[in-house]
Amino acid sequence: MSIYSIHALPDERGYFGDYGGRFVPETLMPSLLELEAFYARLKSDESFQEELNYYLNDYVGRPSPLYFASRLTASLGGARIYLKREDLNHTGSHKINNTLGQGLLAKRMGKRRIIAETGAGQHGVATATAAALLEFDCEIYMGEEDILRQGLNVKRMELLGAKVNPVYSGGRTLKDAMNEAIRDWVTNVDSTYYLLGSVGGPHPYPMMVRDFQSIIGRETRQQIIEAEGRLPDYIVACVGGGSNAMGIFYPFLNDGGVKLIGVEAAGRGLQSDKHAATLNCGRPGTLHGSYSLVLQNGEGQIQNAYSIAAGLDYPGVGPEHSYLLKSGRVTYTTAHDDDALEAFYQLSRVEGIIPALESAHALAEVIRLAPALSREAVMVVNLSGRGDKDVDSV
Amino acid sequence: MSRIRERFKVLTGRGEKALVAYITGGYPSLEVAGQMVLGLAECGADIIEIGVPFSDPIADGPVIQTASYQALQGGVTVAGILEMVQRVRQQSSIPLVLMSYYNPILQMGLQEFCYQAARSGVDGLIVPELPREESLPLLQAAEQAAIDVVPLVAPTSNRERIAAICARARGFVYCVSVTGITGEREEINTDLASLTDTIRKCTDLPLVIGFGVGNANTARNLAPLCDGVVVGSALMRLIIGDSFDRAGELVREIKSAINRQ
Repeated sequence: MSIYSIHALPDERGYFGDYGGRFVPETLMPSLLELEAFYARLKSDESFQEELNYYLNDYVGRPSPLYFASRLTASLGGARIYLKREDLNHTGSHKINNTLGQGLLAKRMGKRRIIAETGAGQHGVATATAAALLEFDCEIYMGEEDILRQGLNVKRMELLGAKVNPVYSGGRTLKDAMNEAIRDWVTNVDSTYYLLGSVGGPHPYPMMVRDFQSIIGRETRQQIIEAEGRLPDYIVACVGGGSNAMGIFYPFLNDGGVKLIGVEAAGRGLQSDKHAATLNCGRPGTLHGSYSLVLQNGEGQIQNAYSIAAGLDYPGVGPEHSYLLKSGRVTYTTAHDDDALEAFYQLSRVEGIIPALESAHALAEVIRLAPALSREAVMVVNLSGRGDKDVDSV
Repeated sequence: MSRIRERFKVLTGRGEKALVAYITGGYPSLEVAGQMVLGLAECGADIIEIGVPFSDPIADGPVIQTASYQALQGGVTVAGILEMVQRVRQQSSIPLVLMSYYNPILQMGLQEFCYQAARSGVDGLIVPELPREESLPLLQAAEQAAIDVVPLVAPTSNRERIAAICARARGFVYCVSVTGITGEREEINTDLASLTDTIRKCTDLPLVIGFGVGNANTARNLAPLCDGVVVGSALMRLIIGDSFDRAGELVREIKSAINRQ
């Protein structure tokens, strides 16, 4: 089948092939159905799209540049490398594309309070920003371990008026923060909008977050045609939950000539239990509202993931990625902590751009691939965030 | 007739309400948990709900989270819990209902899980994050194994949903008293009269109210609306504090409070 008959996915039950669905307590179901219907109406509402575009242009600074990294290209001696500069967005990552979209939606739904989970703090900061701008009360759940390693973002969220709730359960990272956010949501479902940050969770979140993030891919498509007169040969993006990857991949899914590569965190190695390579090592299961690949033991207990990059440190992945893996449309590789660190330093010194450790995983794959490719080959890497937040952990 | 239906029939005949006592399977150990099932039955519990510990219990409050975490740290497995059920079943005919999140069931395989559970003496199954839209495969597997899948109805469920949920219900209907997670509450503000009324119009099955029922007083107030109540976190809080005797007393108090209507 043409892969984007995929553009018809998810189906009406929220499935991408075998993956997706809604695995949540009954208490949340009416609210999810309402959200689905509300979003379906907004999608074709011109005034909503205009309002969102206004903020994306004048507040976020879109379109983000597609920068030809000539020095990195020269130093690797192979493919021509372009960086999609989501790090230049207001708040410093791609997360703001989604939080403004969902924030404006929540406003129209009449919600007054928004909550979110965060790992690296990028989604938390972007949510707190949307909350300040759109006048919501805002609470962010963040694992204690992540609070320790992403202190700058905690401070930013507090400055923006959000309350940051530390989570002490489990491995005290993103998975545990998400558990706690869901518990808050199920308790305060009438007043509260859950602003999920990745392409995971129950339907319609994976679809909605993908749609809001696909601005990245739509711009990239136009920009690369302007720069090169053709589509790229490769698009590379890091995958934790998978929102920046889904956003840049989605508008290219039907372009069979464009190789799409997602890069997961191999942490300290796939043979160790210290990694976050869900698509490479996981098995199908349910976590946080959807059926997708999951890192788990034989008993179905979810494992704690690990990555030097807090934003990739998650044992689940968005269901559409599981589908794209199975269909063969996207290849998912991995990069170790050390590879990511090396890429982090290399881009900083060669191009004067400090990438987020998450995005550095995608760069590591580019550094590995590019030298072997011809000088005519074109690669785009999604530079999903900037690395200021990581200066204390490298 | 299933042990669950039979128990409700007997209780109805006596003019009594059911006390469903929840414990986390494998806390503090499988052996002690097994003894507790028998002990709570002696104290007056009519049905025991045994929680299968899960790493990410999104529907549970801090008390059951703690018990689940400790049980998993102690190496509890689904097979271990089913062996415990089997031992209990040799000594008691009390209806036993497993409360499990969906993933451990999925990983064993729906049919295998239901078959093994039934063989061990499990009568019913509650899956807190499996809404009716996703429940058909499990309902089919459970029906083959003659296990009752007890659905949850929430304060947010509308009449249409309640009707659809009740149409596939077996054993009893579990009415969640509040929007939220498990745990004791000072008071319950939900309009339960209207919610239980809607459920009654959709099914003749027994109606049990749970979430937030932690003492005799709350239970007494709820009793006129239902055929039984679930007490979970309050019991587990006592068990975690090693107050086993006090846990038994709580069961006696609540049972006596709901019967004196």
